[in-house]
Amino acid sequence: MLPSDLKAEQFAGYPPEARKLVTAHLEALQRLPLSFLPSLLNEVIEYDFKFPAERTAIDKELSTLSSLALAQIKEWFQTFSRLSLSSKLENFDWVNQPAQFLEQLSAYLWTTRQLDAFREAAIAYGNRSQIVAVPEPIAMHRLGIAAIGQGVASYDAPLFRDLREHGTYFKQVKHENGVELLLNAVAARAQAHPIPYGHWYVDGGQAVDHSPLLSCVSFQNLEPVRSALLKNIQIEIEKPGMGPEELRTHLARLSPADLNMDKSGDEVLERFQVKLLTEGSGTQIFSTTFAQWAARESLRRAQPLTLFVRFAPRQRERPMNELISSNNSKPEYDFVGSLIDADMGAYYQWINQQRLPGSERSSFLVWFEDHSQALVIAPSMPRGTESNSALSLGELLALATG
Amino acid sequence: MSGSPFVYGESSAKKRKMIVVTFGGGARDQETFSPQGQENIPNMLRDLAPQSSFFTHVINQGILGHYVATASLATGVYETLNNFSTVPPAHPTVFEYFRKDLNRPSSSTWVVAPSNGFNRIGESDYRSYGPGLGARVILPKHLLSVAASGAASHYDHLLRDNYETPLYTPQIGGGELELQQMEAILKLSVDDFMAHARTLSSPDELSVYIAKRLMQRESPGLLWITMHDIDIAHSGSYSLYVEAIRRTDRLCAELWKAVQAEPEYAGNTTMFILPDFGRDADDDAGGNGFQHHRTGDTASRTTWMMALGAGVRQGVVYDRPVQSIDLVPTLGEMMGFSPRLSQGKPIHELL
Repeated sequence: MLPSDLKAEQFAGYPPEARKLVTAHLEALQRLPLSFLPSLLNEVIEYDFKFPAERTAIDKELSTLSSLALAQIKEWFQTFSRLSLSSKLENFDWVNQPAQFLEQLSAYLWTTRQLDAFREAAIAYGNRSQIVAVPEPIAMHRLGIAAIGQGVASYDAPLFRDLREHGTYFKQVKHENGVELLLNAVAARAQAHPIPYGHWYVDGGQAVDHSPLLSCVSFQNLEPVRSALLKNIQIEIEKPGMGPEELRTHLARLSPADLNMDKSGDEVLERFQVKLLTEGSGTQIFSTTFAQWAARESLRRAQPLTLFVRFAPRQRERPMNELISSNNSKPEYDFVGSLIDADMGAYYQWINQQRLPGSERSSFLVWFEDHSQALVIAPSMPRGTESNSALSLGELLALATG
Repeated sequence: MSGSPFVYGESSAKKRKMIVVTFGGGARDQETFSPQGQENIPNMLRDLAPQSSFFTHVINQGILGHYVATASLATGVYETLNNFSTVPPAHPTVFEYFRKDLNRPSSSTWVVAPSNGFNRIGESDYRSYGPGLGARVILPKHLLSVAASGAASHYDHLLRDNYETPLYTPQIGGGELELQQMEAILKLSVDDFMAHARTLSSPDELSVYIAKRLMQRESPGLLWITMHDIDIAHSGSYSLYVEAIRRTDRLCAELWKAVQAEPEYAGNTTMFILPDFGRDADDDAGGNGFQHHRTGDTASRTTWMMALGAGVRQGVVYDRPVQSIDLVPTLGEMMGFSPRLSQGKPIHELL
């Protein structure tokens, strides 16, 4: 089936809000090429469980597409339309299974060496959409905070190497009660602008006391879900015909209930957390990976005004000689390795933050937890410099947001 | 010197050896040969690169999955097989060309590969080549798990060998036969193998150990080693990724040292070292930086290659782009076989 054959009743399986949305924009959807439309439907089908920022983005995109004349549609999508797809893909139930379709499309594009053309088309479409869609003004300038190196006694190699050229490095930071101070600052921002999913706290270990105004995810709190997921995977991979792609499809379908997740009353956040574990690679095993991916996904999806990420030690990768000795002792932590992971994770957090609207006014603070090193990136701060000033973390925050 | 020059020429050509080392876990320039990455590769930078012809732009225009990319490197054709299936390459491999054209026995070509998924890499199913003409493939981790079968439940998870899908490990059959071969070919008892494995810290160390053993016992003319530790990057841990690059750097130097120490190899061996491709750039919104190689961006498609040893100019850097499928025709020109179905071109700087 091609998009031009779409009918409203084919969306009967969609959740109510999503169904309403596609029905309202059906005419626009019918004009889109098959190489593009399932990517959009893959977002729309989850509409009922999306964050407000995502809903706004989908609304705007559909409104823009509906407003385009046929000639404009042809111009916007000519590169997508030039891609040749197989009849197998055309016959796939891409309306109800857009994610699975995209898996197959991706494999097909790689195999037929059309991936580069698809990538080019996607980048051009993204740029065009961004120009057309005027971003909503944000309530306050965005702030990102990363605390890295929890539990590391000392570390002599340079930190924040990728970030230094963008901000000011402080090496005499007064940091008493640093985590508490940072969480209070985040809570104050949430109090001042209590926007749903606007202020986040991600912890790679056990979350500490924090304001209920914050959206919080933590590696430790998800331990039962991670265990349930790994058990689920073990059962699945023993089934005949199961392979990596089938497993990925299976994981994509898992819901919070499938993993016995406690109901929190916030289905949007519950589903977000499950996706961190089912879509992320390594998030089930390494806490540093979990924190980095949670930061990336919360920024990409919820577009928070404030994001505090506290990285925690991950378990050590056990080398072969230990494996052979069959030592079943409790996993040990790799503190220095976790610091290196988190240092890169903080860099990626900043990159992802800078992809969001208002990046020219955004600021970022990264701190080596319980140590006197930190770095601040802010419009008012010099770049690529070092400061010997003995400032407190609170004062650094004031510099960052001032 | 006795005998005709034709006899001498023949024996000399037969004696030339090739070793290809690929990193089946893409490594980015920024963690290897670019200025900020050089601290991770002290051995390649200081010892190997100065002896080598170095190519700074090796482009992989094919599918960026490790099995399919390694298959493409070995056939000289951008293969399109399913990266996660244990299927043979569709086109003849370098091993088949080598053996068929030069009339070499099966013991002359060996592949040491990391993952169960690589067990079909040695020969294609191409008519007129294929079965019986390929390389012998040894999977050290598979051997280890078979040898340690009494404690298999511990190893299944911990000998995880496919980082692209870290939650899924393909299973392959066999076992007893391989252990017998290990004893017969490598002259290595299961107990000795296990004892040595205990001293190693990574699967790639095990691979290099096996490769060195093969060099001593079988002296293959064409030895292909695919390392895989670097692919731990898929787990998202930057420190483990960098640690694996450092280990791979050390192992490459160790292997080259072993070449110099082996009478059958010293002075007549050319060694190629190349990652199969790169990894995604930090600033590509479609990826997650070093963790994967899914975007098809420039960073993920571009890597480097060094060639060192017999017949290679030393200390020369070439910035001209070459393709990863150019490797097989280059090997063909150097060794005197004809990879007629390869779609790459010989790298003239190496001839």
